[in-house]
Amino acid sequence: MSAPATTPDSPLLRTDARLRRRRAINRGMEALATLAALVAVAVLGIVVVSVLREGISAINLDFFIHSEVPFGQKGGGIANAIVGTAILVGLASAMAVPIGILIGIHSAEFAGPRTASAVRFALDILNGVPTVVTGIFVFGLLVIGHEQSGWAGAIALAIIMLPIVARASHEVLVLVPGTLKEGGLALGATRWRTVLRIVLPTAAGGMTTGALLAVARVAGETAPLLFTSAIVGPGVLTNPSQALASIPVRIFELSESSSKEQHAEAWAAALLLIVFVLLLNVFARALFGRSSRRIGSTR
Amino acid sequence: MAASVTGSPALSGAQRKLGDRLGDPILRGLTTLASIVGVVVLGMLVYKVFELADESFSRFGLSFVTSSEWNPVHNQFGAADFLFGTAVTSFGALLVAGPISVAIAIFLTELAPLRARRPVATLVELLAAIPSVVLGFWGIIVLAPVISETIEPALNSVLGWIPLFSGTPSGFGLLPAIVILTIMTVPIVSAVTRDVFETVPTELKEGALALGATRWEMVRMVILPYARSGMVGALILGLGRALGEAIAVTMVIGHTPQITASLFGTGDTLASRIASEYQGATTSLQISSLAYLAAILLVLALIANAIARLIVSRTSLRVPAAPAGAPHPAGAPQ
Repeated sequence: MSAPATTPDSPLLRTDARLRRRRAINRGMEALATLAALVAVAVLGIVVVSVLREGISAINLDFFIHSEVPFGQKGGGIANAIVGTAILVGLASAMAVPIGILIGIHSAEFAGPRTASAVRFALDILNGVPTVVTGIFVFGLLVIGHEQSGWAGAIALAIIMLPIVARASHEVLVLVPGTLKEGGLALGATRWRTVLRIVLPTAAGGMTTGALLAVARVAGETAPLLFTSAIVGPGVLTNPSQALASIPVRIFELSESSSKEQHAEAWAAALLLIVFVLLLNVFARALFGRSSRRIGSTR
Repeated sequence: MAASVTGSPALSGAQRKLGDRLGDPILRGLTTLASIVGVVVLGMLVYKVFELADESFSRFGLSFVTSSEWNPVHNQFGAADFLFGTAVTSFGALLVAGPISVAIAIFLTELAPLRARRPVATLVELLAAIPSVVLGFWGIIVLAPVISETIEPALNSVLGWIPLFSGTPSGFGLLPAIVILTIMTVPIVSAVTRDVFETVPTELKEGALALGATRWEMVRMVILPYARSGMVGALILGLGRALGEAIAVTMVIGHTPQITASLFGTGDTLASRIASEYQGATTSLQISSLAYLAAILLVLALIANAIARLIVSRTSLRVPAAPAGAPHPAGAPQ
């Protein structure tokens, strides 16, 4: 930038008014782009700090070990919502993770290119279905004529997880070097042994990342549970044939109240949720970084 | 890795033959079945939502879309107000999120120091990881007062002569919904845009710089034209996301279905209406009408996602053959 002063004769570096203007515009645009990134990071910071500040003052041991209490009483907790979320997400993962991984294996190892891209397209579309619509679907499928249930909620969450797990699995599986597979096949291993004992272990880290990101995503989902597992009985429920409480739905209910205590409880629940989700995200990404370096080193 | 294979030598005799011969078809069959399950779930979802909407559809037909009456007491249902709310909030959010996302993508691909790129990109993506119910609650408690006491009065005093910024400031309504949706769409739009920017061949960028272009001129004359269709894809993907967001919007939009010229007014969207009636829907016609809303939402989201995916995948397919297919005359040198 200061070069022109030392070599004023060079036509390339001559600063006339036009060049100065172009440089000023350039600097302005660079500043705006930097600002945009700063703003995005700042918003993340502001949201997280608000939740931390408001949540920490409301959180205590009772909060974790007690269930909700009737409106107006003190000392309520979200034990039932924590247990409910654990069960809902656990059941959803038990359904979506194996099927998702199998879909990933199918499109990466077995399907022809056309079938593979058609399946992936369908799953991308499924991924784009608004989660509240997924809730309505499961409501129509399982809840109408019956009752809301943990199963219905878990299935709704599983439908949201499925495309995430499948896509992540596919993307890691195609990264596994062909030479590794060919090595297995050349040694006389059959296709399925090669897949199960060479390809899957190599890709395991990346597939775990996909599964963890999917868990982090649905742990915070409210909309699919509203019509499937939201109207819950009192106390800590663990039987998924009844509607189960969940942390996000609890926050949603608490937010509609105008009482300070209920809002404090919502902040504490939000703190718990956001810490869990963000830590899981960071951990999953770190894991992916490590395992993709590993795949890279086997190349 | 190789050690694990030695247990299955090709010549170990008859007893492993059956298992090995069955293994391939079994694994192939299982994985194919899983793929079929995935596709069938999508098909069933579409079918079931439409089936559920059938009662309302046969009662109101297409006039559902143009009627703005939503009155469970009189069994009158219409979606016009919600379509309006969805359109205003989604497009409003994209109008703000689009330029910000492109700017972030430029920062991440061209400006940021190499070591800072990944951390900053991760932080922006983490913004999308915040659960929408948490963002919505933050919107109620933290954002709403700022909007009603600072942002809206300021907009009103400067631009109050435009109907868009007239009316009484309030912490709940279309503007807060737009802000929340902007926060939710920026991460996805900027991530896809960044990926598209990374497909711009280095030769083209260096060519522009060598010809004396400033960095911004290079961005404007090389990157943006090259990435145009990809950016459109990213925006439509963001639109699909914004259309379907129920919870966070429901918490801040104020739930008064109306068509208003002012962004300060309250409103309602397709998704937020469905979410807000989760306890109140009692008659089968009301449930069916909610499903009708869901069906409209589903069609919009399907169209947006299909278009976006096609555009984005075509853009990334172009990478290997970039110089030939590059849509600008300066793209010749390789």
